[in-house]
Order: sequence, then structure tokens, then C-alpha cells
Amino acid sequence: MVVSNLQDRALNDLFHALSDATRRDILRRAITGELSVSRLAEAYPMSFAAVQKHVAVLERAGLITKQRRGREQLVRTDLAAVRRARQALDELEATWRGRVERMSELLPGPRSGKQPKGGNRR
Amino acid sequence: MTVTSVEQDLDRLTLTLTAEFDAPVERVWQLWADPRQLERWWGPPTYPATVEEHDLTPGGNVTYFMTGPEGDKHYGWWRVTAVNPPESLEFIDGFADADGKPSEDLPTTTVQVRLIANAGGTRMELRSTYDSREQMEQVLGMGVVEGLRQSVGQIDALLAE
Repeated sequence: MVVSNLQDRALNDLFHALSDATRRDILRRAITGELSVSRLAEAYPMSFAAVQKHVAVLERAGLITKQRRGREQLVRTDLAAVRRARQALDELEATWRGRVERMSELLPGPRSGKQPKGGNRR
Repeated sequence: MTVTSVEQDLDRLTLTLTAEFDAPVERVWQLWADPRQLERWWGPPTYPATVEEHDLTPGGNVTYFMTGPEGDKHYGWWRVTAVNPPESLEFIDGFADADGKPSEDLPTTTVQVRLIANAGGTRMELRSTYDSREQMEQVLGMGVVEGLRQSVGQIDALLAE
């Protein structure tokens, strides 16, 4: 229900990819699409292989695409994929708002006012 | 006003929601603890839930199915990780196939509920977090919810660019 209009397996890969702070940082750096994996690797206190592995996880989740330019492979963040995480949270919010509404209908006593529209986002 | 605040945290894939009810804590707890009441609010009106197993003890399971307009059934489960009636409940919430076997493809969420007496009514604080696979395995294996995340707001900053 919560994840109805998203591809299931893809969503699991997406959450997995986003669960790591290094990978989230890679997404930030790769937004311009101008960095190669080796240039990217220089930014982190870990081996090239380790960074490559993170990039592979991001690529599998569809969060990053690779493009060959000459002898380099450039990585670019796919913001549409990042937005799917937002969409998943929006669906979770809609689900729980509906549940809370139904809960309050089951309880006796007066209720006043309307539910606020939209949430505060951090 | 029922829902008084909602916050989304993209880095933590977490929804935090606060609601106020005009009923005592014990009464609101019954909405969770009584399977017949639970099934009246868990699923949307078009997908009402039928609760089968309902064991609110640590390590206990709640199993249910939701029936769609075409008679289609969608199975789900909770694994209770912590419970302190009538004040708090924590569980993993997941989907299952028709045999009740937990789905490996669909993400689970960890749900934490707290009920706090407030001005004659009840404040319900709820956190729902999408689990990554590692966390899910960790949670199911050890019964502990441990955040691995560090910096806050990375993904939001990304979408703002």
C-alpha cells in the first residue's frame, strides 16, 4: 500500500544506497557530472576500491549514471531517483495521516479544527 | 486538531508525527492492543484489515491481511521489538506473500509509538523509518534499533541545488 506506485525491488536498493553517509556525500559531489571516479576517490580517506564500491551501489540503485569521456568515466547524480525517496516518505506520511484520522474517529469526545496541510520538512 | 506536527527527514528516511486525542492514554492504547479495534483503522476504507495473529510481546508477531475492492488480499506483519503498555510500542512493519512469508523485495519500516498523557487527553508520538536491508537484518537478528547515520540534511541539500 505504502509503496504502491514504486517498483519494489528498486525501492529497497534505493533505501540501501541512501543509508550510508559517504554515499550521500558522493551524490552531492557528483551533481555536476564533471567528476571521474578517481577524482571522486581523492576526496575520501578510503581506498579507491572502497569508493568504487560505493559508486557501484549508487549506480545499481539508479542514483548515479556513468558516462565515458575520453579515457575517463564521469559520474552524475540522477536527481529523479533521489526524488523517489522523497516520494516514498510522502506516501508514508499520507498513510499515517489516514490512520490517525481513523483512530480519532474511533475515540469518543469532541474534536475541533482541521488537520494541517503539508508537513514541516527538514 | 488531531495531527499537530509532521516532519520528514530524508537522510534518515524517517517520518515523525505527533497527534493529540481527546481520550485517556489507556483508551488510545486499546486502539493498538485490541485486534478488533486495530483492524478498524490500520487499512484505508477501501482496503480494510483483518488481523489474524496479535501478540504484543517482545518478539511477538501481529499478522494481518487487507482485502481490496476486487477481493484481492495483501498480507502484512509486525515483529514486536519492544512494548510497555500502555505507553510505548516498537515494531517492524513489513509485507508478506500469500503464505505469510515476509517479502524480501519490499522495504520494511520500523515504527515507534509513544502515548503521553496530556491535558486530559493523549499525545501520540510516532516515528516511522524505512529500513535499509542491513538495518532490517540487524533489527530482526538482535532486536535492537541502532541508528548508523551521521550527518543530517545531505539529501535535502541535494534537492535544493
